[in-house]
Amino acid sequence: MEALGFDVLLKGNNMLRLLQGLGVALKISLISVLISIGLGIVFGMLVSMKKPAINAVFNVYLEIVRIMPQMVLLFIVYFGTTKSLGLNLSAEAASIIVFSFWGTAEMTDLVRSAIISIPVIQYESSAALGMSRLQTQVHIIIPQTVRRLIPLSINLITRMIKTTSLVMMIGIVEVLKVGQQIIEANRKASPNAAFGIFATVFILYFIACWPISQLSKYLENKWAN
Amino acid sequence: MEEILRVEHLHKKYDDLGVLEDVSLSVHKGEVIAIIGPSGCGKSTFLRCLNGLEDIQDGCVLLHDEVINPCDDVKKLQKSREKIGMVFQSYDLFPHKTILQNVTLAPVKVQKRAKAEVEAEAMELLTRVGLESKKDNYPRQLSGGQKQRVAIVRALIMHPEILLLDEITAALDNEMVREVLEVVLALAKEGRTMIIVTHELQFARAVADRVIFMDGGNIVEEGAPDEFFDNPRTERTRKFLDNESFTVK
Repeated sequence: MEALGFDVLLKGNNMLRLLQGLGVALKISLISVLISIGLGIVFGMLVSMKKPAINAVFNVYLEIVRIMPQMVLLFIVYFGTTKSLGLNLSAEAASIIVFSFWGTAEMTDLVRSAIISIPVIQYESSAALGMSRLQTQVHIIIPQTVRRLIPLSINLITRMIKTTSLVMMIGIVEVLKVGQQIIEANRKASPNAAFGIFATVFILYFIACWPISQLSKYLENKWAN
Repeated sequence: MEEILRVEHLHKKYDDLGVLEDVSLSVHKGEVIAIIGPSGCGKSTFLRCLNGLEDIQDGCVLLHDEVINPCDDVKKLQKSREKIGMVFQSYDLFPHKTILQNVTLAPVKVQKRAKAEVEAEAMELLTRVGLESKKDNYPRQLSGGQKQRVAIVRALIMHPEILLLDEITAALDNEMVREVLEVVLALAKEGRTMIIVTHELQFARAVADRVIFMDGGNIVEEGAPDEFFDNPRTERTRKFLDNESFTVK
């Protein structure tokens, strides 16, 4: 235990602090995920209508999000807005903005592709049975869209949780930062702490993301067409 | 016999490309009409115009003397679609619903019939096509031929006055074609009114009261099956039948 540096976990309230750090990471990701899913569904439906103006705007937005490293976005929003716009955003608010900005773009794209992947024949055979547009959406299109969407969006959610480790760069004390602090504080007493602490951080991320990705696998099998 | 469906001078264009040019047709109760013709002759498009899946540029489609295409009244169009059953080439079952749910959805939701009554009838119809044991399966677990039989049942349970079958065996493997055609043949024998677009000439001859040959967006020739196949009146029809007979054993 000592050689690998796991003993440090049991000193003081180190383990509790790590868990609190994980809590901070999960809180930021949960709020961002909820915002991204909500906005992504609305925007995705708009984009799937194939109005040229809307799609042009969305494509620029999606490209920006894909090209720009999340960390640069974080710096722009956190440090940039304070200086140039005089906004005094908290670090947490800045990270939620950045993660939602990113997540919404990706979610919109997922919703769009799920909607347009439903074959035209599904609309036509519903119509041929005398169903109204609303009935077709409620009974045929939306259930199929959701089934295609859930595995994809779960993948996005786990990526968002993982990427919250970046927010320590703007001073948020999340699980990785707590880990670093513990290692620093115990440099003399437990020089091997680095391995034990980072391994624990790894396991904590795993515990947070694994059930989600299992759920996705389960749903994928259940709904396989 | 009472006239169910009438088409008057129907014109259909995609952009500037004319697909159907001045097609007229009258369908009477109990009549089985087979439409044959080369690919791209407009026969499937014609069928889709009959229940308003395609808008038309000129002429009209009447169901019991009421114009249903062109039709701006969505409710009226939906009502008329309940009376016009349609089965497509393939992949039109709802993949997220079981076989029984596929069949019962529209009668319960659209026609507001009682679920128990609808389910009983669904089981009866599924039994008729030999698929009662598949009621809790999903479409992906069925063969192409089985899926098409379910699609026929799904149309029948709406109690349509006329059934449109759009090349329903074209996407099937040879050994599955027969099981589907037999179901259709049985429907013809019990006096159902049907318009069948098909490539199966032998089948058209066996099932139809009237055969229509379409080419270039027009009805080129129509007649009773024996006369049509044995003594085609036009050169174009003769050519088509000659060509087809090389591929049909």
